[in-house]
Amino acid sequence: MTAVMGRERLKYYSLTGEQGERAVSDGLAGGSDWFRSDIERKRMKELMRRSDFPAVRDTLLWFGLLVGFAAAGVALWRSWPAFICFAIYGVLYGTASDSRWHECGHGTAFKNPWLNDRVYAIASFMDMRDPTVWRWSHTRHHTDTLIVGRDREIAVMRPARLARLTANLFGLLEFPHNLWEMVVHASGHLMPDERTFVPAEEERKVFRTARVWCVIYALMVAACVVTHSVVPFLLIGGPRIYGVWLLEIYALTQHAGLGENVLDHRLNTRTLYMGRVNRFLYWNMNYHIEHHMFPMVPYHRLADLHEQVKHDMPEAYPSMWAAYKEIIPAVLRQLKDQTYYIRRELPPGAAPYRVPPDGRAVLEG
Amino acid sequence: MPTWVAACATEDIDVEDVIGFRHEDRDYAIYRTAEGDFFATDGHCTHERTLLCDGLVMGRVIECPKHNGRFDIPTGKAIRAPVLEDVQTFPTKVEDGTVFVFV
Ligand code: FES
Repeated sequence: MTAVMGRERLKYYSLTGEQGERAVSDGLAGGSDWFRSDIERKRMKELMRRSDFPAVRDTLLWFGLLVGFAAAGVALWRSWPAFICFAIYGVLYGTASDSRWHECGHGTAFKNPWLNDRVYAIASFMDMRDPTVWRWSHTRHHTDTLIVGRDREIAVMRPARLARLTANLFGLLEFPHNLWEMVVHASGHLMPDERTFVPAEEERKVFRTARVWCVIYALMVAACVVTHSVVPFLLIGGPRIYGVWLLEIYALTQHAGLGENVLDHRLNTRTLYMGRVNRFLYWNMNYHIEHHMFPMVPYHRLADLHEQVKHDMPEAYPSMWAAYKEIIPAVLRQLKDQTYYIRRELPPGAAPYRVPPDGRAVLEG
Repeated sequence: MPTWVAACATEDIDVEDVIGFRHEDRDYAIYRTAEGDFFATDGHCTHERTLLCDGLVMGRVIECPKHNGRFDIPTGKAIRAPVLEDVQTFPTKVEDGTVFVFV
């Protein structure tokens, strides 16, 4: 069978197309057979143990910074320092909310489930991601990571949609798309791809949340009209445009240019080192192979988990810059050759890569 | 016919922990809670059949290692998505330091 290449290949990524069914029949979906490093049970329990302290501390700091920079931005409005305040506020809102959404969605950030659920709800609103739909979407991402036709969260396809990726540095496509989804949900419908992974019994929650969010956005717009000011929009919703650029830069390092349809997170996921500020904003998701291999480990123990398993892992990239030096040429090469992917060396003595029986990196034909 | 089957010694399970037990081609999870009670459930998560013995016991709750779904251990009730379906539970008893499961 002839492989489909070029932009026509993008249809493979649809969750309602035939590639998803093919992944199931080829034994690539369902996710029970992924490689995991061996860790002694006693140590694993230490790493999985939950604690409220790190997330309470980080959340108080996060909320404090949000309120502080928002208040300063409003107080200094119409002067140039307001620009700096809103630039920082935007990143705290548009970028940092994503990692909070993610960690609380896994239920690992706090020990206390009530705190997890509250912060999850707030971060989902800031992230413009319906908490129910995205819980199920992310569940699928963990079951079928980068399995084509199954994983909705593949950001960089082969070939990459470069214009779309660039536009989304400024939320230009995602912001209107998320608004549209909210309206569709509020009207009592799911998007077609969402029906493939959101259980029917969860639908009502989606519709209820969307209606509440629509009211909040309507109030924000009304506040802009009444005050003849754009400030309410800069505070609510707007950061999904002017504050997501850093989130996109973080998120593209997770899987871009790596293997598709492989049952080993070391082949499709990337771990890199970051400084303290980035790790605070990103809640340690730079240890991304480790997170995928052991989603039970809270963000504040991922550095320890990394030390525990690094003998089995390809060497971590020393910086974001080092990761992008590999990602950019690989993604550009994939524009012409969609069979290409980055396959990194494992250290001597590491458990060998787990590959599908026929060694393919992509499903074609 | 269901019968009592010796699953493990009490000291095989740490306090607030779980181990796997296989009997007649079926997997079970045997729990010891912080209060020292023993419970047993089906060995697999009802979401995607991941083995629960790799999960984390917190009080009387087991969290699945794959997607962090949770069950109440004594009743098997699904209490956190993505698990929506309860897990089957089995009676247990302890005799002379051995944990028995009624399967
Ligand atoms: S397999 Fe247990 S929560 Fe998904």
